[in-house]
Amino acid sequence: MASISRRNLLRGSVAAAGLAGLAACSSPLVSGLTASREVAGSLDFWNLFGGGDGVRMQQMLDAYQRAHPEVAFSAVTLAWGNPYYTKVSLATLGEKPPDVAVSHLTRMKNLVNAGLLQELRPDDLARHGLTSDKFNRRAWETGLVNGKIYALPMDTHPFVMFYNTEVCKKAGLLDADGNLKPLTSPEAFTAAMQQAKQATGAFGGVVAFTSETATPWRIFQSLYAQLGGEMLADEGRQVVIDDAKAGQVLTFLQSLTRGGAFPANADYQGSIAIFANGQAGFFFQGEWEISTFQTAKLPFSMAPFPNVFGGARYACQADSHTLVLPRQASEDPARLDRSLGFVRSLLDQSKTWTEGGHVPAWLPFQQSAEYRAMTPQSNYASAADAAVYDPDGWYSGSGSNFEIISGSVVGAVLAGQLSPAAAIDQLHTQLGNLATTASPI
Amino acid sequence: MSTQTAAAARAATEPRRTGAARPAAQQTRPAIGFLAPFIVLYLLFIIGPALYGLVMSFFDTSLVKPGLAGFAGFRNYAEALRSSDFWSSLWHTMWFTILTTPPLIILAFVFALLADRVRRGRWFFRLAFFAPFILPSAVVALIWMWMYTPLLGILHVSLDKIGITAPNWLGDPNWAMVSLAITTVWWTLGFNFVLYLAGLQEIPRDLYEAAAIDGAGPWQQIRTITIPMLGRTTTLVAVLQVIASLKVFDQMYIMTSGGPNFATRSILEYVYDESFTNYRVGYASAVSMLFFLVVLAVSFVWFSIVRRQEKEV
Repeated sequence: MASISRRNLLRGSVAAAGLAGLAACSSPLVSGLTASREVAGSLDFWNLFGGGDGVRMQQMLDAYQRAHPEVAFSAVTLAWGNPYYTKVSLATLGEKPPDVAVSHLTRMKNLVNAGLLQELRPDDLARHGLTSDKFNRRAWETGLVNGKIYALPMDTHPFVMFYNTEVCKKAGLLDADGNLKPLTSPEAFTAAMQQAKQATGAFGGVVAFTSETATPWRIFQSLYAQLGGEMLADEGRQVVIDDAKAGQVLTFLQSLTRGGAFPANADYQGSIAIFANGQAGFFFQGEWEISTFQTAKLPFSMAPFPNVFGGARYACQADSHTLVLPRQASEDPARLDRSLGFVRSLLDQSKTWTEGGHVPAWLPFQQSAEYRAMTPQSNYASAADAAVYDPDGWYSGSGSNFEIISGSVVGAVLAGQLSPAAAIDQLHTQLGNLATTASPI
Repeated sequence: MSTQTAAAARAATEPRRTGAARPAAQQTRPAIGFLAPFIVLYLLFIIGPALYGLVMSFFDTSLVKPGLAGFAGFRNYAEALRSSDFWSSLWHTMWFTILTTPPLIILAFVFALLADRVRRGRWFFRLAFFAPFILPSAVVALIWMWMYTPLLGILHVSLDKIGITAPNWLGDPNWAMVSLAITTVWWTLGFNFVLYLAGLQEIPRDLYEAAAIDGAGPWQQIRTITIPMLGRTTTLVAVLQVIASLKVFDQMYIMTSGGPNFATRSILEYVYDESFTNYRVGYASAVSMLFFLVVLAVSFVWFSIVRRQEKEV
């Protein structure tokens, strides 16, 4: 023991190196020696929820864990957007994916096309009561890829309108029952913003567009889709912007900041502050900001994004959070059932999730009296059925290059830095570059 | 085995050329043997992947598709050279290098000089300056993100107290790179500091004594003895520093993720974005190869400039 000769040490090292080499070649041996996840009945869950969503998701996970103490459960929260999808992709390619992950519906299709997600077979789903008739139809159907199921939608999160009830009352925008009068034309919308501006003495409405790309894209897409405009076709290989319609929307948006109805400089946090301080009567953003204003004890309500251009055809930009099962190196029926049981548990807790503003995709809850009693959450439930998702394309989806390019251009128009015509040219050029690039998927 | 014995036999039969050649030849084989662990790893993890990257740069290789995919020729290179994202991120890396290299050389020298003069507790200063260098990048990023926090961070609050309005350190596109440079200087100063400190201790004390007897003041001593005697150290520090700065990735990825509005996206982050987020490994390889050429050229030019100065001194 006392003396280890050099020769023995070398022999030992060679043997260790050989063992490592052997182990690297045969992964079952590695998992037998090291990884315990295959045997322990474990469940890894990755999500991208911060803020209020993060808190509510944690409550739901705690509830699952209490009900299933036998499962070795671990949850990881990663930064939203591109970093999240990069990590999900790399973990799956490296054959160490989580069992269940959250994905935006608009990002899920690229993951499917890249071969990173498991197909969910209807019989497996049926064992857990996860049948198509129990999900919001629009979210469910948009999530199908070639008719196959890969994702189970949790919610729809539309772009909505927040309004300060006191300001709107003062501006005479509420009817006798306290409901907001409809804003169904550009003129009515602008007039309402000007009235609210007089009531606040500062601004009528506010939308974030400084150092922010997602929000300007969302307001543009909502209005543009009401006109029936499309951005991309043929899985993103063609840019099919309708210049006249896009021009109409951009001119309208620019008139709001030019006319002083909207502030001409507002970043994301700034836009929240302006609305929370009562300096604007209207605020346009995803419904998830509900908690912010509830915490601020602001007298406010929410409504679907107004149908400014649509007439009979209503549309608003939206996305859905879905639950997906990344592709595993080996199939394991027990793990599949554990994962689907977990998915079911989250869907059964849709009430907690809905408190954060999202429109539940799980119909057993969405159609309940309990949901209808939740205000202002149920005010904009109809928006989920008129949801317009980002177009298909390898560079498209929530927080993608497509949104960054389009949102920057729209933001520059709102800031008065670009004319609508120049903006449309820029969209054609920049999106055209991506469209002509060979898809890596 | 057989090649070894054959080589040994040949060595034995070969006539002696010179007295010096034989010991050299004898030493080569054991030397290679001792170097083998390094050479194998080097081939496996540096040369191999680099060649693989070079090959991929000529193909439309995708991260999520098997194989190399379609042959692209020089299309990836042409696309990179036409891409404004490529040029802007390359410039961001250059700008970062320009911002960090001079302070990291000059401050390291000044602090080493001061620490060298301390009589008591020199170990403390050595430790104090070197300590940040051993921190992982994520820890450094976290510390500085707290300090840079708008309105609440220590920098904002302290500047506010003395009546200066602090910039939005990481949020303003014009300041974000400067803020990252400050963080990096604090973080990596210790390495250059230690090199200079070692260099200072190499300088014979009698030179200073002689100079002092001849009536040279402290400033003259620094100018005429310390700086010239540290020439080789400065060359080393400068070259290592430029290369290290060109390779910047961690701080930006963690602290700004390349923002605001891509104002701090370095070329390596561009490669990362293209290859791992957009799955375009082929294109990203082409960008890496172009960047490799840039680093090679910059290092070569820089090295030759510094070397010439050193000779002149």
